[in-house]
Amino acid sequence: MDLKLKIWRQENAQAKGEFKTYNVAGVSSDSSFLEMLDVLNESIVDKVETPVCFDHDCREGICGMCSLYINGRPHGPDDAITTCQLHMRKFKDGDTITIEPWRASPFPVIKDLVVDRTALDSIIQSGGYTSAKTGGVPDANATLIDKYSSDLAMDAASCIGCGACVAACKNASAMLFVAAKVSQFALLPQGQVEKTKRVQDMVARMDELGFGNCTNTYACEMECPKEISVTNIARMNREFLSSKVCSEQ
Amino acid sequence: MIKFDSKIPEGKLKDKWNNYKAHQGLVNPSNKRKLDIIVVGTGLAGGAAAASFGELGFNVKNFCISDSPRRAHSIAAQGGINAAKNYPGDGDSIYRLFYDTIKGGDYRSREGNVYRLAEVSNDIIDQCVAQGVPFARDYSGYLDNRSFGGAQVSRTFYARGQTGQQLLLGAYGALSKEIEKGTVTSYNRMEMLDLVLIDGKARGIITRDLKTGKVERHSAHAVVIATGGYGNVFFLSTNAMTSNGGAIIRSWRRGALMANPAFVQIHPTCIPVHGDFQSKLTLMSESLRNDGRIWVPKNIEDAVAIKEGKKKPTDLSEEERDYYLERRYPAFGNLVPRDVASRAAKERCDAGFGIGTGLAVYLDFKSAIARLGEDVIRARYGNLFQMYEKIVDENPYHTPMMIYPAIHYSMGGTWVDYELQSTIPGLFVGGEANFSDHGANRLGASALMQGLSDGYFVLPYTVQNYLAEEIRVPRFSTDLPEFEQAEKDVQARIDQLMNIKGSKSPDYFHKKLGKIMWENVGMARTADGLAHAKTEIAKIREEFYKNLLVVGTAESFNPELEKALRVADFIDMGELMAFDAAHRDESCGGHFREEFQTPEGEALRNDKDYMYVGTWEYKGEGVEPELHKEDLQYEEIEVKTRNYK
Amino acid sequence: MSNTKALSSITQKVIMSLMGIFLIMFLLVHLGINLFLLPLTENHREIFLASAEFMSTFPPMKIMEIGLFGGFIIHILYGVIVQLQNWKSRGSKSYAVASKTKATLASKTMIYSGILVFMFLAMHIYQFYFVKLGLNTGPMLEGTHHPDFYKMAIDLFTNDAIFSTIYILSFVVLYLHLSHAFQSAFQTLGWNHPKYTPIVKALGEIYAIVVPLGFISIPIYYMIWG
Repeated sequence: MDLKLKIWRQENAQAKGEFKTYNVAGVSSDSSFLEMLDVLNESIVDKVETPVCFDHDCREGICGMCSLYINGRPHGPDDAITTCQLHMRKFKDGDTITIEPWRASPFPVIKDLVVDRTALDSIIQSGGYTSAKTGGVPDANATLIDKYSSDLAMDAASCIGCGACVAACKNASAMLFVAAKVSQFALLPQGQVEKTKRVQDMVARMDELGFGNCTNTYACEMECPKEISVTNIARMNREFLSSKVCSEQ
Repeated sequence: MIKFDSKIPEGKLKDKWNNYKAHQGLVNPSNKRKLDIIVVGTGLAGGAAAASFGELGFNVKNFCISDSPRRAHSIAAQGGINAAKNYPGDGDSIYRLFYDTIKGGDYRSREGNVYRLAEVSNDIIDQCVAQGVPFARDYSGYLDNRSFGGAQVSRTFYARGQTGQQLLLGAYGALSKEIEKGTVTSYNRMEMLDLVLIDGKARGIITRDLKTGKVERHSAHAVVIATGGYGNVFFLSTNAMTSNGGAIIRSWRRGALMANPAFVQIHPTCIPVHGDFQSKLTLMSESLRNDGRIWVPKNIEDAVAIKEGKKKPTDLSEEERDYYLERRYPAFGNLVPRDVASRAAKERCDAGFGIGTGLAVYLDFKSAIARLGEDVIRARYGNLFQMYEKIVDENPYHTPMMIYPAIHYSMGGTWVDYELQSTIPGLFVGGEANFSDHGANRLGASALMQGLSDGYFVLPYTVQNYLAEEIRVPRFSTDLPEFEQAEKDVQARIDQLMNIKGSKSPDYFHKKLGKIMWENVGMARTADGLAHAKTEIAKIREEFYKNLLVVGTAESFNPELEKALRVADFIDMGELMAFDAAHRDESCGGHFREEFQTPEGEALRNDKDYMYVGTWEYKGEGVEPELHKEDLQYEEIEVKTRNYK
Repeated sequence: MSNTKALSSITQKVIMSLMGIFLIMFLLVHLGINLFLLPLTENHREIFLASAEFMSTFPPMKIMEIGLFGGFIIHILYGVIVQLQNWKSRGSKSYAVASKTKATLASKTMIYSGILVFMFLAMHIYQFYFVKLGLNTGPMLEGTHHPDFYKMAIDLFTNDAIFSTIYILSFVVLYLHLSHAFQSAFQTLGWNHPKYTPIVKALGEIYAIVVPLGFISIPIYYMIWG
């Protein structure tokens, strides 16, 4: 396949940045999108120019490191998949592909297509855990958990923290990301002890970091590579309201 | 001559760890605050250790190569984690888990360490459940278990096909809690480039900030490395792109011995290589071999016709197929251990029966679908089938999957004693980065167990024991001459690579090295092949330092420079692996020397001469490393030959 | 970088959705009265005027009226605040390629449909409510100081084609606004349930179609048969 790529190039966080056009020839339709970028970079290096920087690591769809806004969609034109699992057969010979970084105020560009997503870590740090210390915990089977709740918690916990929800949301809201973590613990008995503080702290941190408000467009759910449901957002809203209305804290 | 002592505590095997804990040194809370620990790596071992040190009250500096601790490659483990809980009541025990692990490792691991691993395995499950890890449960609400290779009991706990992810997120949660409290300082997008020694003890590291290119110094009273394995020496592996053995290779250069580097695991069921631009290999869970049957065409003409696209696998009748694992190993059939299955696939493909590019075999679900129905197969493996279809664009319900072995895990690593301390005092190594628990072959679902065991339940005790002697040592200034010198060394290394200004990218050398490693130090090794590899690697090194091209600048975000630094390490590591493989004149576990096999083509171990840990001392770039041996004694276990026929 | 919010993002949204639900209920009452502009019964004019009289004189309705205006103001105010925060969150740099995510048009355009509905509302208040307050002139019921809303409406619908067209278009826009608003309010309040959410969504869709259609039917009747 021969392709024309319009790629966002930006030297560093302060630089202005612009699109540059590249032609890449002879791409195998069996290669992944990132391997196509590897081919491009190889050709750029051959010309002794700086290759395009992009985030990637496991290349099997689980680490959440890869990003890219491809032709108007986070993680590109396939559903329920990360960019590293996107394959070139989803494109046609001669296509023009526009590749942009995630765009959101809390995700500043570091270089080219690489953005800083540490804001998501900060949200988890504000309460996305149980405070159990190492050791001194009861036997794993001491508390029974019904399979249905446990499965729902697992659905929520499968979030890979890639930030596609924020990138897809017209408001740059991180509600799906936060809700997935809040839900996981709201559904499990282990999470009950700290539930009031957790939801309030995590929402407060999310707001502080400058993520937008949720207006229920559900674009996040549509673009989530792990298909995390917006029912989790409703559950978080419920948790939040009851923490404000019912709790004395 | 380096002296080393495994420091196995006295007493009976089952009392050793308790004895150790009962007599170890402790640090009081007010002193803990004054002691710094550097933890490099944020995976199961590093993340869990950093979180636990923080909880204890130490001042922790945690280094992460990615943008977040949650990205560590532990996340990619699919199958599960073993523990000797015996919840199903099927006869499991700590002793049995210990025994299976030693046997699975082909009697090349240390009894004391492995017994402790089995002992703390149960605590890991308790800990993870308390953290809210959503392990699979049955309708009664109790935890569910499944079976894995190399065991006769169901002892594997799992969270769908994402067990590694869930365990890592548990550790990441614990770590996040400590970061919020301020006991742990998190440094992300930082790579460790050197270890700093003061008076022979590990006292700090030199890092490069991957965002800015800034080289920085960090001091501590002890350094813990948990940066995973070195499988990426082979270029193509199931490891993540940034997974690299850099931290342990650099520590090796500073004097930490490297143990059993030739022991790498090759996983039999990966999606085959599709072309020259492939960057990594994707694993398909071992569980597929429960229902899938592995075959190649019986007639070489059919294999050729399939390769040329003239025939489809579904055109071949049962008589025209060779179910070679069932033929060779009637007792275990498709469920032979990983090393055996991998070698058998290679043997068929080398003989010309491979399909696809010639380096692939079929994994066929036709008879399972006929027996159980498509729905049952979908329920069992649906997500894996979907992943396969996304990557290969073929429907595995209708046409057999293509698979081929790939590099997966490194059993070898930094030599550590019972305390997980290397030969450099104050340098501790945990998880895949050390060599300690898996011998020559790792069983499925044991990597997660070992990572968390080291991180939660071993290092917090043993590092404290070490620091108990350090309470009078004040914080180290990074202005000390040792730090200055180490930073200069790192800077010189960077400048050296930047200034070669040749014409070939780091990837060019990496691919070339990977090919030589895969062909000569891969699944089947020979004395000649290994000698050839040593020569070729020396040539690659020479060319690398003459003709490398690193574009961009050192003082910026520059993945090309990162790669170049890693490839330089991989060259040394590859060479070391060839030395280790060449010296070990036997076949055991993942190490298969063609000269040492039974008439039926099975691995032939030599316990008389090689029942030891082969550890290597660094002697300089391109200089032959020196071998030291740690003899292995088996007191509780009778050493036997593995047989799967 | 950070948004300074007096209230948390979820609280803001909850306030908006509660006000929204209140307005949705009010709209139903308003439609119920307006439908008597149509010759549904012999004495439809009398019923309409009596209802209008009741709404403007019954003391508790006065309180409701204040609440209603408050509801509108808060809903609009937070609509604008939330939108401004969201634009700020999105950042100064927008995507070069417009989003291809298949989110509904209604959900993506709430601020715009909201602004258009608000403009209609302003016109509506000027034309009708201001007459009641004496700030604008209009026909009075014989022998009283009460405006003859019946006559005002019928006159506009029969004689002013431009007004009728704007009126009809405004309710099409309102449909767009409501089709997202109804189920969105429930989601924000945390009501998302595998059993009941499909019912909520269906009800929302029916409401969003039926209510604007009811309002639109009046000018259409008078444009054709008036």
